[in-house]
Amino acid sequence: MKRGATVYLYELAWILPSIAIPVGMLAALLVTAFGAGIHVPSIAGRIDPTRVTETAPFDQPGVVKTGPVSYEVRMIGQIWAFTPNEIRVPVGSTVTFVATSKDVIHGLFIPGANVNIMLIPGQISRVTARFDREGEFFMACHEYCGIAHHTMGGKVIVEPRS
Amino acid sequence: MSLDTASDPEKRLTGAHMLVANVALLGGIVTGLLQGLEHAGVEFPASEYFLQSYYHSVSMHGVLNVLVWTTFFIAGFLPFISARAYAMPLASPRLGWLTFWLMLAGLLIAAVPLAGNAATVMFTFYAPLKAHWAFYVGLTLVVVGTWLITLRLALSQRDWRARHPGARTPLAAFMSLVTMTMWTLASVGLAASMLFMLIPWSLGLVAGTDPLLTRTLFWLTGHPIVYFWLLPAYVSWYTLVPRQAGGRLFSDPMARGSFLLFLILSAPLGLHHQVTDPGIHEGWKLFQAFLTFAVFFPSLLTFFNVVASLEGAGRARGGKGLAAWFFRLPWGDPSLAAQLLAMLMFCAGGIGGLINASYNMNLVVHNTAYVVGHFHTTVGTAVTLTYMGISYWLVPHLAGRALWSARMALVQAWTWFVGMLIFSTALHELGIRGMPRRTMISQASYFQPEWSALLPWVGVGGTLLFVSGILYLLNLVLTVTVSRAPAPAVPEFAVSTAPPEDGPAILNRLRPWIVTAVVFLVIAYGPTLARLVATSRLNAPGFRVW
Repeated sequence: MKRGATVYLYELAWILPSIAIPVGMLAALLVTAFGAGIHVPSIAGRIDPTRVTETAPFDQPGVVKTGPVSYEVRMIGQIWAFTPNEIRVPVGSTVTFVATSKDVIHGLFIPGANVNIMLIPGQISRVTARFDREGEFFMACHEYCGIAHHTMGGKVIVEPRS
Repeated sequence: MSLDTASDPEKRLTGAHMLVANVALLGGIVTGLLQGLEHAGVEFPASEYFLQSYYHSVSMHGVLNVLVWTTFFIAGFLPFISARAYAMPLASPRLGWLTFWLMLAGLLIAAVPLAGNAATVMFTFYAPLKAHWAFYVGLTLVVVGTWLITLRLALSQRDWRARHPGARTPLAAFMSLVTMTMWTLASVGLAASMLFMLIPWSLGLVAGTDPLLTRTLFWLTGHPIVYFWLLPAYVSWYTLVPRQAGGRLFSDPMARGSFLLFLILSAPLGLHHQVTDPGIHEGWKLFQAFLTFAVFFPSLLTFFNVVASLEGAGRARGGKGLAAWFFRLPWGDPSLAAQLLAMLMFCAGGIGGLINASYNMNLVVHNTAYVVGHFHTTVGTAVTLTYMGISYWLVPHLAGRALWSARMALVQAWTWFVGMLIFSTALHELGIRGMPRRTMISQASYFQPEWSALLPWVGVGGTLLFVSGILYLLNLVLTVTVSRAPAPAVPEFAVSTAPPEDGPAILNRLRPWIVTAVVFLVIAYGPTLARLVATSRLNAPGFRVW
């Protein structure tokens, strides 16, 4: 063996765990993502960003009941507001947000509900969340969108089931 | 020719780059202080003569720190260290100076709209926010300048090889060339976005743009850019720090291997910045998440190699025990202390980065203050504090005068470390509690009471960082102006316990690795980019909404 055997063994003793550690973490990631059925945003269609308010379903933004416990929120992001900016659903609802932007890039972020998606002009964003806890969730635009970016917010109010 | 005289022709050129880098850093820390205080509840001092809004400040802060401070430091440091490693002057000093003036011209062209609030689009400049055309043109010239540095390092390597046939390229020079090659390959995304979309659009030659396509091209370059910042710090950690600590580099072949892995793995993973974007298939996001974990491999190799080198040094100085040797290292040397602290902070930063990149976990932290906490431990400390540590020997050498105060430099390094610990811990926690980034948070309409207890710590940490940054700059200014003692010798390159000849010859070649890097990039990005280009209508108009 040409090289010092000790150095070689030390190198190997680290190279192998250096492969095993990321592989192990990746396995944990896959198990948690697919085991829990978590999906990240994917392709949901394009839209003409200059004709958002004339294009279905964004010509009628709002909350639509689509099943016994499911709702669809059709939402437009624009400087500096969400339309709608207050959403009421009963507890236990599954809510699908279908959203886009009619000007610059915005974000739709509802901490605590795993809603974290970008609203990009020209693209339709689609994300589904379950609201299992009563109370108020705040939503915020979390992509810089101009001088009043910090005023772009709203709330999801999860009401008791009547 | 001796090491010292070899780098002499580079001295003025390196000094010119360092001057620009440090002026930018001054702007970066002043804006940073005001933003930290804003979070702590101090009203942001907007003024029509200086910073017109909080967001104007954030845009300046990002551009000055991560685009200018880093790029100009790298453009000064890598050629300098390469000349020393080759023990030979680099090819074409004229090309070096042409590059400097081109980059400076680009910087000034971009700086006019940036300072004038006509480019308040953040350093990410996501369309359809539309900055003044000069901002895009100026930044593009800076990028073109970096390509010329790659060319100059490649020409120098060719010269050296002609004189040393069959020999292994000296480690520091090899690493510098790999770093610049990686960056040059990766910057094609940004260049394509600028040349084909943003510049014609900002000039009014085309009416619309495609926000998702420009954003995807940005991140194709935007992740490898972090390795462009980090790898020069690694050059110091591998080739100088072991000797500064009183030891040897553990393994030269392993060091080369890790850099070549960075060359092929740095770029095909930018989609992990776009996990929450619509219009990109989640399968490709997952694929690039895999590659993000793959690039953790060369990071772990680096961790081991550098720590093993330091352990050797600590034990040689009489250190014992499992970890007690760490405290035996020569902590009184500010250049070394700064870099050791940078490494410590990077342990947290690296792990935090994996969380960001973890596909499903990204849904919790994307675009929150967590990310801000993260990149201040990485580019803001691992990189910046290392560059500061390098400056503590480089600037005295360039000026021919001893560092004005080693004690002040030590205080500076520790203040940065402690300030960052406070600052980034608070921001990580605020992010987990749902606080968005890049937001004038004390004015937010959805402000959450639970953020109140943590926000003052952002101001405290930010103030400490500001004080530390000023101490650093002051020390350099006093070194150049009033210090009278002659400069001490420049740190010599560390000798390796496993010399380069122990490694296979493939570790001394670049071409096969460049080809592999291109193949990886095409596989990871080809289908997504082809689809985005094919379906693009370039119909998003621009907005100036600040």
